[in-house]
Amino acid sequence: MYKYDEYDQSIVDARVEEFRDQCQRRLSGELSEDQFKPLRLMNGLYLQLHAYMLRVAVPYGTLNARQMRMLAHVARKYDRGYGHFTTRQNIQYNWIKLEDAADILAELATVEMHAIQTSGNCIRNISSDQFAGAAADEVTDPRPFAELLRQWSTFHPEFTYLPRKFKIAVIAADEDRAAMRLHDIGLQLLERDGVLGAKVFVGGGMGRTPMIAPEIKDFIPADQLMSYLEACLRVYNRYGRRDNIYKARIKILIHELGADKYRAEVEEEFEQVRQLGIDPPAAELARISAMFAAPAFAASDGAVADRSDPGFAVWLDQNVRAHKQPGHAIVTISLKPIGGIPGDASAEQIDVMADLAERYSFDELRVTHAQNIVLPHVRVADLKAVWEALSEAGLADANLDLISDIIACPGLDYCALANARSIPLAQKIGQRFADLDRQRDLGELKLKISGCINACGHHHAGHIGILGVDRKGTENYQLLLGGSGAEDVSLGKITGPGFDEDGVVDAIERVTDTYVRIRETGERFVDTYRRVGMQPFKEAIYG
Amino acid sequence: MRLVTGNDLATGDVVWWTGRDWSRHIADASDAGERAEAIAREEEAARRVNVPYVIEASETPDGPRPAHIKDRIRALGPTVRPDLTLKPADALAGDWVI
Repeated sequence: MYKYDEYDQSIVDARVEEFRDQCQRRLSGELSEDQFKPLRLMNGLYLQLHAYMLRVAVPYGTLNARQMRMLAHVARKYDRGYGHFTTRQNIQYNWIKLEDAADILAELATVEMHAIQTSGNCIRNISSDQFAGAAADEVTDPRPFAELLRQWSTFHPEFTYLPRKFKIAVIAADEDRAAMRLHDIGLQLLERDGVLGAKVFVGGGMGRTPMIAPEIKDFIPADQLMSYLEACLRVYNRYGRRDNIYKARIKILIHELGADKYRAEVEEEFEQVRQLGIDPPAAELARISAMFAAPAFAASDGAVADRSDPGFAVWLDQNVRAHKQPGHAIVTISLKPIGGIPGDASAEQIDVMADLAERYSFDELRVTHAQNIVLPHVRVADLKAVWEALSEAGLADANLDLISDIIACPGLDYCALANARSIPLAQKIGQRFADLDRQRDLGELKLKISGCINACGHHHAGHIGILGVDRKGTENYQLLLGGSGAEDVSLGKITGPGFDEDGVVDAIERVTDTYVRIRETGERFVDTYRRVGMQPFKEAIYG
Repeated sequence: MRLVTGNDLATGDVVWWTGRDWSRHIADASDAGERAEAIAREEEAARRVNVPYVIEASETPDGPRPAHIKDRIRALGPTVRPDLTLKPADALAGDWVI
């Protein structure tokens, strides 16, 4: 894992003290809310329905046990005993007091964490593949590049006041586990003729105008990547609209300019930028990469998990993935218990996960964009012990990628922007499909719920998506089918008129019943949808 | 009736204008009538609460009930965590929101 150097630590510490002063000036009345709001947002502090909310960055979703324990400590000492893991691989606390905010950031800084770039019109926390460094299908570990991007983007003076927020994802495998093409910039690292580089996609996103990022550069060598991205951002900074917040994202610029024109502008800018020498020397990438070196894996002892316990066997099949290192496995801990709140974990559960990471996963954890937690490097021989500990902590749900593994935004229960509640709906759907055999028969089915058009719950990318809207003061839910955030990326289509909360649960069941009736061997739900189209599902829903 | 609400500056708690001060409990809220916008402006200028605003509510035997679900959730707390609402002992308190 990356370790802060003196420079990293000093800028984070300095930011904490600066924010402490800003908070004190706000509390004393010296600053108005209008003056203070942009300052607090630059430090991840929002004002939500019930209280201030603090969003803490987990760079590219990677953290160690010490950092995880700090997250539990913050939940316990400053919040109400829990945290909410988000679709941006971050964590949010819902009950923060302004008078505590600087102290929290100071405590986080002691474990090399902060809340910088979790809000505002800057380059946000870089996201990545939660299986980085463990997946057999990656060409390289994407995290050193994500870390380089973090350093490049942190407090970048030119990109602190972009037209709108800007999200970058980095992956290094053909399987896209990070919704890469639904980011403002998506990078897929790959090798060509023995040279490491990246395919660059620009202009994706969800929100009110969902778009899949078009390919802007087929291949840029890694040693020119930073210059190329600088050019991408500069063109956006120059031409992106600042007059209309709804048209300010880079996806709108590229849509209006056209990908070819945008690409030409970037190429022209790139020729200038590459002369500036901003690409880091190879030694710097090597220095960072060394911090992400593979752990000292033991040679495989040939252990095979004992499947005699049916509960354990199901969990193995559903939540455990192959590791690139023989004798090891990747464990995903589901934060989606039936009837629970997607992404929430109590301080005690966070501590348990930290302990397990320290003991069984080379001190590493990952946060996934699907609001789950990963132990990336578990010995096969230890899987049973991990499962038993997770079971004791209420963290052993074997539902990864099944219909109850729901992504849901906080919705109207917490969020000031939401139009409808997301969490109660996720709970009802989970309860309707609680039978695990039924879920497994339905197979991979990604269900995603957003409580408003901003799409924090990724509803456009759900095999089944749900969008909560406000219809004359009451909650109403639109149903979408056919989206995907994976390598088969697609945007869901609305089925028709919306439903109330119970109505949409019934509609989903009619959709899954239809799928079961018409699916062909080996087809996932989304495959069947793509084969037959909307009509059979529409008929089942609306008659 | 017309209520003035906002979030307490220091704690972020949802607060309601009582006629003289701010309370965390909507039952204490008073009808601000035509003075509502002026109260919101004055209180914002005094920097005691964040972004105070005016809402419509109805008078009921149980106290004021905001017209919009968002403000009913603000008045109670998250419907999915009854233990964290202002009525943690009342498991059915969320019904008031709907």
